[in-house]
Amino acid sequence: MQKRLANWGNYPAIASEESSFTQEEQLRNFVSTNHELIARGNGRCYGDASLGKHSISMLKYDKILSFDTEKGIMECQAGVTLDQLLDILVPKGWFLPITPGTKFITIGGAVASDVHGKNHHVDGAFSNHIIDMDVITGTGETITCSPNQHTDLFWATCGGMGLTGVITRVKFDLKKIETAYIRQTQIKAKNLEDVIRLFEEYKHYTYSMAWIDCLKQGDSFGRSILIVGEHATPEELNAKQAKAPLTLPVKRKLTVPFNLPSFILNTLTVKIFNWLYYNKNLKREINNVVPYEPFFYPLDAILHWNRGYGKAGFVQYQFVLPLEHKDGLVAILKRISDKGWGSFLAVLKVFGNQESLISFPMEGYTLALDFPVRKGLFEFLDELDEIVLQYGGRLYLSKDARMKQEVFWKSYPNAEKFAAIVKQYNNDKRFTSLQSERLQLTR
Amino acid sequence: MPSVLILGAGSDMAVAIARAYASRKYDLQLAARSGQALIPLQQDLQIRHSVNVTVHDFDATAFNSHAAFYEQLPVIPDISICVFGYLGDQEKAETNWLEAERIINSNYTGAVSILNIIAERYITKGSGTIIGISSVAGERGRMSNYIYGSAKAGFSAYLSGLRNRLFHKGIHVMSVQPGFVNTQMTQHLALPPLLTAQPEAVAAAVLKAADKKKNTLFVKWHWKYIMLIIRNIPEGMFKKLKL
Repeated sequence: MQKRLANWGNYPAIASEESSFTQEEQLRNFVSTNHELIARGNGRCYGDASLGKHSISMLKYDKILSFDTEKGIMECQAGVTLDQLLDILVPKGWFLPITPGTKFITIGGAVASDVHGKNHHVDGAFSNHIIDMDVITGTGETITCSPNQHTDLFWATCGGMGLTGVITRVKFDLKKIETAYIRQTQIKAKNLEDVIRLFEEYKHYTYSMAWIDCLKQGDSFGRSILIVGEHATPEELNAKQAKAPLTLPVKRKLTVPFNLPSFILNTLTVKIFNWLYYNKNLKREINNVVPYEPFFYPLDAILHWNRGYGKAGFVQYQFVLPLEHKDGLVAILKRISDKGWGSFLAVLKVFGNQESLISFPMEGYTLALDFPVRKGLFEFLDELDEIVLQYGGRLYLSKDARMKQEVFWKSYPNAEKFAAIVKQYNNDKRFTSLQSERLQLTR
Repeated sequence: MPSVLILGAGSDMAVAIARAYASRKYDLQLAARSGQALIPLQQDLQIRHSVNVTVHDFDATAFNSHAAFYEQLPVIPDISICVFGYLGDQEKAETNWLEAERIINSNYTGAVSILNIIAERYITKGSGTIIGISSVAGERGRMSNYIYGSAKAGFSAYLSGLRNRLFHKGIHVMSVQPGFVNTQMTQHLALPPLLTAQPEAVAAAVLKAADKKKNTLFVKWHWKYIMLIIRNIPEGMFKKLKL
């Protein structure tokens, strides 16, 4: 049955035939007898990477296969969400080695996007923590790959957006924690230069990111709040928290029940929001101990926040620039503030060094911005792409819905190598998505 | 520890029911044609809920194996749930007996065969709960699925009679009419969203109704009224409809 599918940005949408499986045998048969397939998890990538003519819903592959609570090793099927995993891990004193800003993604999606977290500069991307995984490739066979076994398939699958096949099982290592809380420090930065200096000063922290007000001009251009954190030790908890250090208090979730009209988001409202956000901290520096949920997943507390962008949807624009090109960051932020198209969410982070075949992270600065879809937006983003290219940066495929194919091929240095591996495992272009067609990834 | 036996444990509805009982710390006995295929679910339930789970081979249409299957279960379960079923292909079944036979045996004969055995054991034990997942399709035969519907009608009548008999022995029998459920069985059908339940909602409703010792359960309340109307359309008019 044809279904209308869209990912988190609500742009683009496609009519797709969705199939789901619980048994690997059925899925293998399906893959070897069908074409134009793409695996899809919880639909939390922003753009068109998991949209295709036939989508394979992985949400029923949600079984935990083993959990070594001594060594901290988790083995599960690809459709388990991080949310479900955290419920099992945290009470036993373990945490995800890497987590993006939402816990509503699947493990398969985490691998296919090779997600990064606030700790990239310390712990790398998700691929750094995989012990091994199973992929059903274009021939319909299941191949187990790891950093030492079928390495070409392994590295092309990490960040490969599902084009090497369907990830069915992943085994990965975990991070030991003593409490479910984070000791966090928030520091106000006057401008962009200030926040970059602060990132340097606080780089020994495991977790760090900054929220940027990208509409401010002049001396306050790039004013931000840097947020850094560490897993709290039992001694750092208050008496109430210390009673059950690995259990979080239950909190009710809010939801945006329907798409808001898009006129609600304009320069003025973004300016007001940013002013409130920046000034909510009266002191320059705040130190406190908070539950891990608001620290890692502030937006998950508002279910369906994507509806805030209205029916037309939005795109998230996330790029990375090499460390030596922070001037590129200035150039892009200037363009945005000149245009007056601020974003509610502008998140800056520093990546550590990472070897990459097709994964997004590289050593440098990454900035993520949301823009509601409107007239002239894509032309404007094409202009930003030019600046990203000029400074040797690239865009995150999981968030991309519109980049032109030349931009991709120019900005990912191993694109040819990746495409050659994909060709080898993805026989007769069995796996294709709107994105892979647009970027000609399986050419 | 109380325990539940789930017959046909591979289906989406069964997985949801298994998880719901496991979260209440019931031990589980899971049975399906291939017990091997249930191992991931077994591990999942054990890790998430710290309960004991065993897996068993059970073929609803291999009637002769049912007694032996039941004998080898580690304990007599407190609750036995018959979830298995086969929608089949109506058009094919009209001309292909093998398909028709499979539909009838999977939905009716197989269920009667295993529940007869379970009922006798429960009578000896003096307690137990039997839950049968039937279908609204059994309420009235329609051209689009009357082979499946008639088998489910038979099953519903069986459960009703069994309930009548076992009531006097202190054993509870509940029939469930889930209506449309968003599962693998129905993923290629265009189902009306308002009338379609998620497997998790079915599971929650089943547990709640079983706690209250309900006799019959319509998962979405609309169904009770829809079926009331459908049952009462005069036959002369009904046959002219293309339902």
